[in-house]
Amino acid sequence: MAKVLVLFAHPAFEKSRVHLKLVKHIPSQQGIRFHDLYENYPDFHIDIEREQQILLQHDIIIFQHPFYWYSAPAIIKQWMDLVLEHGWAYGRTGKALTGKIMLNAISCGGSLQSYLPTGKNNRKIRDYLLPFEHSATLCNMEYWPPFVIHGTHKLTDTDMHLHAVQYEQLLLALADDRFSVAEKSTCNYMNDLIPIPSSIQS
Amino acid sequence: MDQQSFLFQSLVYLTAAVILVPLVKKAGLGSVLGYIIAGIVIGPAILNLAGDRSTDIMHVAEFGVVIMLFIIGLELEPELLWKLRKSIVGLGGLQVLITVIVISGITAALGFTWQQSLATGMILAPSSTAIVLQTLQEKGLMKSEAGQRSFAVLLFQDIAVIPMLSILPLLSTLSASQANHETEGSFIAQQPGWLQTLIVLGAVGGIVLAGRHLVKPLLRLVAGARIREIFTATALLLVIGITVLMSLVGLSPALGTFLGGVVLANSEYRHELKSDIEPFKGLLLGLFFIAVGASINFNLIASEPLQLAGLLFALLLVKGIILWILGKSFKLSTDQNALFSLGLCQTGEFAFVLLAYSRQEGIIPDTSADMILAAVALSMALTPLFFILNEKFIQPKFGTLEKLEKAADIIDEKNPVIIAGFGHFGNTVGRFLKAHGIGTTILDIDSDRVDFLRKMGFKVYYGDASRYDLLHAAGAEQARIILVTISDAEKRLEMIETIKKHFPNLQIMVRAANRNDAYDQMNAGMLNIYRETLDSSLRMGVDTMKKLGFRAYTAHRAAITFRKYDEWSLKKLSSIRDQKLYINTSREFIDEMEKIIQNDNRMPNLSVDKGWEEEGLILDAKQEDQ
Repeated sequence: MAKVLVLFAHPAFEKSRVHLKLVKHIPSQQGIRFHDLYENYPDFHIDIEREQQILLQHDIIIFQHPFYWYSAPAIIKQWMDLVLEHGWAYGRTGKALTGKIMLNAISCGGSLQSYLPTGKNNRKIRDYLLPFEHSATLCNMEYWPPFVIHGTHKLTDTDMHLHAVQYEQLLLALADDRFSVAEKSTCNYMNDLIPIPSSIQS
Repeated sequence: MDQQSFLFQSLVYLTAAVILVPLVKKAGLGSVLGYIIAGIVIGPAILNLAGDRSTDIMHVAEFGVVIMLFIIGLELEPELLWKLRKSIVGLGGLQVLITVIVISGITAALGFTWQQSLATGMILAPSSTAIVLQTLQEKGLMKSEAGQRSFAVLLFQDIAVIPMLSILPLLSTLSASQANHETEGSFIAQQPGWLQTLIVLGAVGGIVLAGRHLVKPLLRLVAGARIREIFTATALLLVIGITVLMSLVGLSPALGTFLGGVVLANSEYRHELKSDIEPFKGLLLGLFFIAVGASINFNLIASEPLQLAGLLFALLLVKGIILWILGKSFKLSTDQNALFSLGLCQTGEFAFVLLAYSRQEGIIPDTSADMILAAVALSMALTPLFFILNEKFIQPKFGTLEKLEKAADIIDEKNPVIIAGFGHFGNTVGRFLKAHGIGTTILDIDSDRVDFLRKMGFKVYYGDASRYDLLHAAGAEQARIILVTISDAEKRLEMIETIKKHFPNLQIMVRAANRNDAYDQMNAGMLNIYRETLDSSLRMGVDTMKKLGFRAYTAHRAAITFRKYDEWSLKKLSSIRDQKLYINTSREFIDEMEKIIQNDNRMPNLSVDKGWEEEGLILDAKQEDQ
């Protein structure tokens, strides 16, 4: 059993259609912890000691957030700046996070096609997530492919529900160590490992 | 003294001072010289208005010296005194001893009896505490090396006068019956030697103990009553009480009050005591200097110019050389030594006392006494000139002194922040700043609280922070920011006016009780206004929203937005209010509440964060599809 931590960040969660659904589907069971950053630190005054303790208690760290400006909402950056301390998370003596896994679970307005070299965003999502990937590497962590929900502005309620179930299955599978190294290194998105009808993967 | 002549004399003295002191000061010559010149002008030589009582007046005015020593004591913490012990005993002791020996030797060589010679030596050895300290303070030189040394020497001289007074009767050439022993109630002189010592020690110890255990509670009690003039009266009573006690046991009142000052130097009432008593000191010292000027006997100068000039020159030269050599051997640098030697080479006010005493005892004949008196007065009158001479011609050649000393002084003991009012409001700010190592000078009017806070380790001073002199004493000139956190709204406005007028460089941050208070402060030109309930009411609002299920971050942002809007509307409404000053207060208040609420109709727009809104994006996405 792996312990999963969902670091959630949405500045206007009450207005979000996708994340309200996703969060509702996060399984409430031992070993999966939902941690709402904006709710805990509305003034951005992050409790570093506490956050580090929480990190130590988990094996898989998931940043769940909307994909704002090809990145994450501001509090995630604040969190990284403060919590991933030199000498603790990285640097010569910073080995606290060694061997842990990091990935992003994001919602984004653009379609899958728009995030191709030929699409209007020019790059793949994975390319835009490079800062996360390298931060994980620097902290001696493994970085895994993201879980992505594309085209959120056009999703119907049914589609959204399906994505939420997919997310739920992902978290359960992660908690149960059901993914092999080969599987995760060959897939594009974590979504690929939990198939749902392809018409939705727009 | 009948009232008519008393009032007339006051008129003469005050007029002379008011006209001449500012003039002389403006010419850059210092206030001491101004007073002395005023004295010369009203003296017998020119206008002859001073009356024949200038020596009486000098007695009264000597009390100014006593008060001055009290204030010096207040500024001198015991640690500093202890640090100066070598200078006081070593340098001061040697100065008095050597000067007495040398002057006595010269006098004896001129053919006077040994009694006369010794008396002359003792009369001429002490310098003028009043003139030197006043001048040093005025020029900001008290903290310099030379200033500290001068102070040490003067202090020792003050103490040395006591044994001198008891030696003089022994030199008397008159038989006991002839001598006029009206030694002002000094019953100590009649006691045997060991008892004298005991009495002296007892008196000194009494002052220290009483200062610790009697005066502090008394001051607290008086301060608690919050009657300003009674506090001033207590301060005066303290000084006069010590003076009387000291004269009674035959000790120097100056020494006694100095000790009293030192004992109270660590007390929370230090600033208040100082600012209360300072005007008396200033006036009495001024009077003293005028009396010095008026007592210069120009007839004598006219009739015996050469002899007097010779005496004066010899006096200054001998004292100056001894001081110079001592300064050198105590490792004073050349520029400091020049200040030290030139500053102390005159003979001071104690000469008048000692001389009167010697006359009484028939040691020194009247003609010589007059001559010495004139020389002493002239030497005192010349002292401010020496300081100017030193400043203009000697220091530029050597001088590094002022720049270095002054910079160190500021870092040393001045805090960048003054907090006026240390109740619940100021207390929080103060603790917050203290936690970040920011130095604060704290003033408070509640004596119980001051007492308590000092026990808790805060450096809090008692006093009315709206007073210029207290602010000045608290270092308002050097501080960068003052936090006006007192609870009395009117006092706050008063304070703002005082600060704006006297300390224009000091930034003011002010607490406001409510909107009306804030309006008044805005009209007074304040930019940094902190309404005491605004932030906590908003925090209550935020928590209420959260309990109702709103997101923490949303509620947090809502509060910030609301506060910004509220401050903005406050500014707007304050200008409207200005034009409606004629409306009576209650009407105005209702009016305002209406305006505030009307303004709040814009409020729904405030809470919208368009940045995270998805509706527009969804609409766009739909149009793309069509």
